[in-house]
Amino acid sequence: MIPQNVEDILLTHRRGFLTTAGLLFIGFAAPASPAADAPGPYPLVDPTRLDSWIVIHQNNTATFYVGKTDPGQGTGTGFRQLMSDELDIAFDNTTCIMGSTDITVDQIGSGGSSAMERDSLPMRRAAAEARRALLEMASARFAVPLDQLAVSEGVVTVKTDPSRHVTYGDLIGGGKFNITLSGNNALNVNGKAKIKTIPELKYAGKPTRRDDIPGKVDATTKYSVDVKLPGMVHARNVKPPYACATLTGIDESSVKSLPGFIKVMSKGNYVAVVCEREEQAVRAARQLKTTWQKPATAPFPSSDDLFNYLRTAKPVAVSTAGPEAGALVVGDPARAFQNAAKVIEAEYEIPFQGHTAFGPAHAIADPSNGQMTIYSNDMKTYGMRRGVATFLGLPHDRVRVVYMPGSQGFGRTAAEDAACEAAWLAHELGRPVRMQWMRDEETAWDSKSPAFLVKMRAALDNEGNLNGYSYEARSCDYNHLGYNEPDTTLIAQLMGQRREKPAAGSAATPSDMYAIPNRGMRGDVVALPAIWETPLRTGNLRDPNGPQAAFASESFIDEVAAAIQADPLDFRLKLLEAGTGDDSGFRRARSLAVLKAAAQKYGWDSRPSGKPRGSGKILTGRGIAYTFRGQSMVAQIVEVEVNRETGHVWAKRMVCAHDCGFVVNPQSLLTSLECGMLHGLSRSLHEEVRFNTERVTSVDWISHPTLRHADVPASVEIVIVNGDPNPGRPDLPLYGAGEACLKPTMAAVANAIHDATGVRLRRVPFRPERVLAALRAAGV
Amino acid sequence: MSKITLKVNGGTHTVDVDPTTPLLYILRNDLNLQGPHFGCGLGQCGACTVILNGAAVRSCILPVSAVRGEITTLEGLSRNGQLHPLQQAWIDEQAPQCGFCQNGQIMTAKVMLDKNPHPTDAQIRDTMNNTLCRCMSYNRVQAAIKRAAKTVAALDNAAQEKEVVA
Ligand code: FES
Ligand code: FES
Repeated sequence: MIPQNVEDILLTHRRGFLTTAGLLFIGFAAPASPAADAPGPYPLVDPTRLDSWIVIHQNNTATFYVGKTDPGQGTGTGFRQLMSDELDIAFDNTTCIMGSTDITVDQIGSGGSSAMERDSLPMRRAAAEARRALLEMASARFAVPLDQLAVSEGVVTVKTDPSRHVTYGDLIGGGKFNITLSGNNALNVNGKAKIKTIPELKYAGKPTRRDDIPGKVDATTKYSVDVKLPGMVHARNVKPPYACATLTGIDESSVKSLPGFIKVMSKGNYVAVVCEREEQAVRAARQLKTTWQKPATAPFPSSDDLFNYLRTAKPVAVSTAGPEAGALVVGDPARAFQNAAKVIEAEYEIPFQGHTAFGPAHAIADPSNGQMTIYSNDMKTYGMRRGVATFLGLPHDRVRVVYMPGSQGFGRTAAEDAACEAAWLAHELGRPVRMQWMRDEETAWDSKSPAFLVKMRAALDNEGNLNGYSYEARSCDYNHLGYNEPDTTLIAQLMGQRREKPAAGSAATPSDMYAIPNRGMRGDVVALPAIWETPLRTGNLRDPNGPQAAFASESFIDEVAAAIQADPLDFRLKLLEAGTGDDSGFRRARSLAVLKAAAQKYGWDSRPSGKPRGSGKILTGRGIAYTFRGQSMVAQIVEVEVNRETGHVWAKRMVCAHDCGFVVNPQSLLTSLECGMLHGLSRSLHEEVRFNTERVTSVDWISHPTLRHADVPASVEIVIVNGDPNPGRPDLPLYGAGEACLKPTMAAVANAIHDATGVRLRRVPFRPERVLAALRAAGV
Repeated sequence: MSKITLKVNGGTHTVDVDPTTPLLYILRNDLNLQGPHFGCGLGQCGACTVILNGAAVRSCILPVSAVRGEITTLEGLSRNGQLHPLQQAWIDEQAPQCGFCQNGQIMTAKVMLDKNPHPTDAQIRDTMNNTLCRCMSYNRVQAAIKRAAKTVAALDNAAQEKEVVA
């Protein structure tokens, strides 16, 4: 019925999925563990088999199997819209199963806002091919040619005789297509059928309620933290009290008599305790006496000295490719600066910012049947499967990762840590283990977005034109974490595993379409003294270093505009219009479109900023910034109130114009954009990882603060823009959404603060103390 | 270990646990509830919020032995398969992203509306301010609270009219 290699597993899961409307049916509600139901091995699913993607049931419903994960933006609903359209089946009669390595094809999982742009294509092709195959079955059944058949909502009808009709369920329900797709991987598979054009789509493009939300408000969603398995025990880590410390002793007697105590498990500098019950493990981990030796030299400077360190350290890698090694150059910037009538310079500082996921890292590992099943909210479950298998030295097909919802991903769950820990403990103990990090551990030791130091220079000619531009970034991003690689995950580092060549990291350059005759851009990567076993590990936090680059470049463009008394919007439009031609994605035209749309929505009046300062306690101002990520264009305007007595900043109004091509679900796009903008605001106002020369001192929601209810703007407004020169074209592309919208926010907020106060903040975040100090220094 | 009896969502449960155990672990691991979540274990985020005798309390820092009275969890909000107006408003506003914090958002809002059915914007911001969300769903949560307040008021009016008629 179902392809042999996934049959048992599919059936096991399908039973569960069907009875619980798309929710995994495991844990205490099920008598036995799912691993017992599906004993393995767990090979990957063949992407070239149509049956790997779609199952049609007898009751004329369909289940879609996709190798993506949805950390909370509603991509699963979007896939259903697109696949229902291509298959011509009622949206309400479909479900979508995501990201479990043994039942869905390896589409990597999620990341880079690639869900709709890249990975929805093979899904659509598979669904279109299924529709084609079903129509052929109907044609054979009714003995009428294909062109005499019509199909709607999973029912095929003979056009000339509507009394003759058949459902998809009757044609194939429970059976398999047995069709091999062309291509050889999950990106390039294709069938004979063509996918539909934009105007032919019915569900895609319509605001649609997300299918994952009801379960999240009535507590029926089973998150990965909720998994319970027979015989499962609980583990907690004991982290080194100092970065790069060496374990010199464990006094097991300090916990041995605690109720429920099972074992202290340790290798190298990795230490964990395992107990019968969760609270027992929490207590034992706190109580375990360990001794450690501090490293001979400090692993990093303190957060107060970070930028001095970055300024003077020798770069370890140049990440930006270009005509000249490590640099992108247009024209002759050196000459432009030589001949400049005026040079403007500024330096910008963006600290490490944490993911600080709302729920700490966790995983449940089940070693039953000589296999290893991991229950996780990992965004990139396939990478996790490889990582865990390699780490334990198991054949890959003995490991599977069952994807379940969890607290937001944002890249942290792509570089996840708990799975390898739970797997190692379970492997050693021979029992299912649930590992969960504590809050202080998560905030201090999670992966961080890289700190940036950016030096910007502008050369103005005699008429005040921007003739030369220089961007020089230093990104603290050496040994950037991979996706659950067995030698970069924290437990592997603590056990002493080292890869020969650490990942070079990256130092992004700005994303804009400004036409500046002479322009040089360069990004260097700087390493901290310690790159292994350190809590200052860098990883992807959404767009990994776009917001940092945009903070510098879009603040600086404002500074240049202010220097020549130009309106910051007009100045940007002029720089864009100075360019000729466009790229294949029409980024110049679409840049102009989002800027104009944002300005119109806001009611922007042309004037230079900062405006004449008010005399009251509250100073108000507006700031604009624009950038793009890939082909997704975004312009934002933020209006702020700055309290000159306290330094408190409130972003009272935020306007965003966003162009990501064809929008599959305008409703979930709006909410994702709102939330992304507020994340950008949180990073602008609050977020910074603090540390001394021994350890990270940001350990909770006080010491690594985040945006709160009281910070929310009175108004968050979004304009969805379609700036394509031919907006109605049937092949309008779908571009990524989610990451782009937080990229310009830090600059827009800084520009607004400058407009309000005349004071330029070049150091993120804009916490009250920092703002107040800057206001005082400027005599405001 | 000691035997402790808890009244949760209309039922009674007796557990035999260390009396210092935070209530959260008992609810999640012994009573198999999955509304309250672990976010911080420090009383800072609200993920673990339950309603105890009409107050929003953080079950991650409340020893189970200190519990006196009726506990309601997110599971206990709906009645006879009918979602509470707050839950419906959350769906109507499409409030959650990952949803992990929404237990805290909904339960804290519930207690607020029970005490103050017509909160001002400032009161909403103030009351909700220590209930965190890392997906930044705040804007939608605030909209959902206002929407729910309207529904609750309408339901109350209808109920009162009924009483008058009776
Ligand atoms: S988990 Fe209880 S307040 Fe955070
Ligand atoms: S919805 Fe994800 S933490 Fe709030």
